[in-house]
Amino acid sequence: MQRAIESLGANVIASLERTGRTFNLMLLVLWELVQPPYRFYPIVRQMYFIGARSMVLIVASGVTVGMVMGLQFYNILERFGSVDLLGSGVALSVILELGPVMTALMVVGRAGSSITAEIGIMRITEQIDALECMAVSPHKFLIGPKLIAGVLSVPLLTALFDFVALFGGYFVGVVMFGIGEGSYMNGMIDNVEWSDVRLGLVKSVIFGLLVTLICCSRGFYMHLTKAGSEGAEGVSSATTDAVVLSSISVLFSDFLIGALF
Amino acid sequence: MSDASQTNNAISIRDLVVDYGPRRILSDVSLDIPMGQIMVIMGQSGAGKTTLLRCMLGLKKPASGSVNILGTDIVTASRHDINRIRKQMGVAFQGGALFSSMSVAENIQLALREHTNLDEKTIEIMTRIKLDMVNMLAAEHLMPSELSGGMTKRAALARAIIMDPKLLFFDEPSAGLDPSTAAELDQLIITLKNTMRMTIIVVTHELDSIFKIADHIAVVSAGRILETGTPQQITSSSNPEIQGMLNRKPRETIVDTDAHLRRLVGG
Repeated sequence: MQRAIESLGANVIASLERTGRTFNLMLLVLWELVQPPYRFYPIVRQMYFIGARSMVLIVASGVTVGMVMGLQFYNILERFGSVDLLGSGVALSVILELGPVMTALMVVGRAGSSITAEIGIMRITEQIDALECMAVSPHKFLIGPKLIAGVLSVPLLTALFDFVALFGGYFVGVVMFGIGEGSYMNGMIDNVEWSDVRLGLVKSVIFGLLVTLICCSRGFYMHLTKAGSEGAEGVSSATTDAVVLSSISVLFSDFLIGALF
Repeated sequence: MSDASQTNNAISIRDLVVDYGPRRILSDVSLDIPMGQIMVIMGQSGAGKTTLLRCMLGLKKPASGSVNILGTDIVTASRHDINRIRKQMGVAFQGGALFSSMSVAENIQLALREHTNLDEKTIEIMTRIKLDMVNMLAAEHLMPSELSGGMTKRAALARAIIMDPKLLFFDEPSAGLDPSTAAELDQLIITLKNTMRMTIIVVTHELDSIFKIADHIAVVSAGRILETGTPQQITSSSNPEIQGMLNRKPRETIVDTDAHLRRLVGG
């Protein structure tokens, strides 16, 4: 019993330490990013990696999710004789919830995991030490561009996801089940307000920051955890941890934002 | 003014104590490294050589003591001052630590791009000069994954000397290399000292290399400096542990047989 309590306490302390380190890393990176010199090419490169290279995945998942939503909403609304509400139902659920959350989860799986693995390998092969010895800040050189790219790319990818998901819903509702095009589009335009779009955008910015920060932090501070002494296996477990923690953070913060606004 | 700048020492270490968690890795280490000389820090695996090196590089904060480099105690110095000192240092890590997403040339150019306003042409010329010094001119556009062990070490050396540093650090330069490549690297280290007048600190346990390149040797054992001196002084040392290392004798680790047995059975 005592051992279980000790183990629980140790886990809580380790989690708090990790959270503190991650927050500290964010402050350090933001502080160094505002100092000159400013370099834009590394940010563009990271946006290509996090954003552009995720586009196919986002389009595929967006269309699929939109079609599934169209199908499910149609079946439910048909029971109440309200299929005219299909457009607004799909649009609101995609713009407010599914778009930001699904996009963030896709980015975690595709780019977040490789960010942790890349930085973790750089840590265990002394590449980060080499940067420090060259008086090049790893916060600014390594983490900064990824963080900015994450914050910019996830909202753009979310917008893409929303667009193709709405198209997927349109395809199911209008083309497959024969709902009037005007009914679908007007329902969407009449019921989706600017505040809904803004909330979706705010969520995606927060998710972008959370995902890249957690993934960067897990790789960067790998040497301070047990994983740091385990070589390749440590990188693998740090990557898994980063994906799990990022995904949970996205879902939990989605609830918090939804409850607060 | 501090120890290192008052005397002719590039580095002065005083009473250095380093812990990793509950384990004490270095105990009261004091060491002077003269300007323009090659200092080899030798010792068996796990003796604390690399930890001592990491303290000199400012990568490991000691529990106590001072590490005075070119007149600045980097233990208490601000981040700005540490970076000022680091711009006068070059480091060749044991595994090379080349940035895997950059070509050899890009690796070498990084410090120039970050710390100077030199134009592209000058940066390219300087890169080729350094690559030529380490006989790596043909590998300019290769990626680190395409290099052999020896080429990786030489590329890391080219990157370390790109800013013409006053201090050059090597961690196990000949580890994992065949004898002729190791000998080439040793010759390169001597050439760098003679031509660029650098202070060179080499951490190694390769005896052949040590006596070829060293002006001074510091012998580290179990986290302490056993002895420092010229290669002749170290060779003629009366310390049995040093003689054991020089004659490649295995360590006698079990001193108290009864205590060792009690430890094994958990008594």
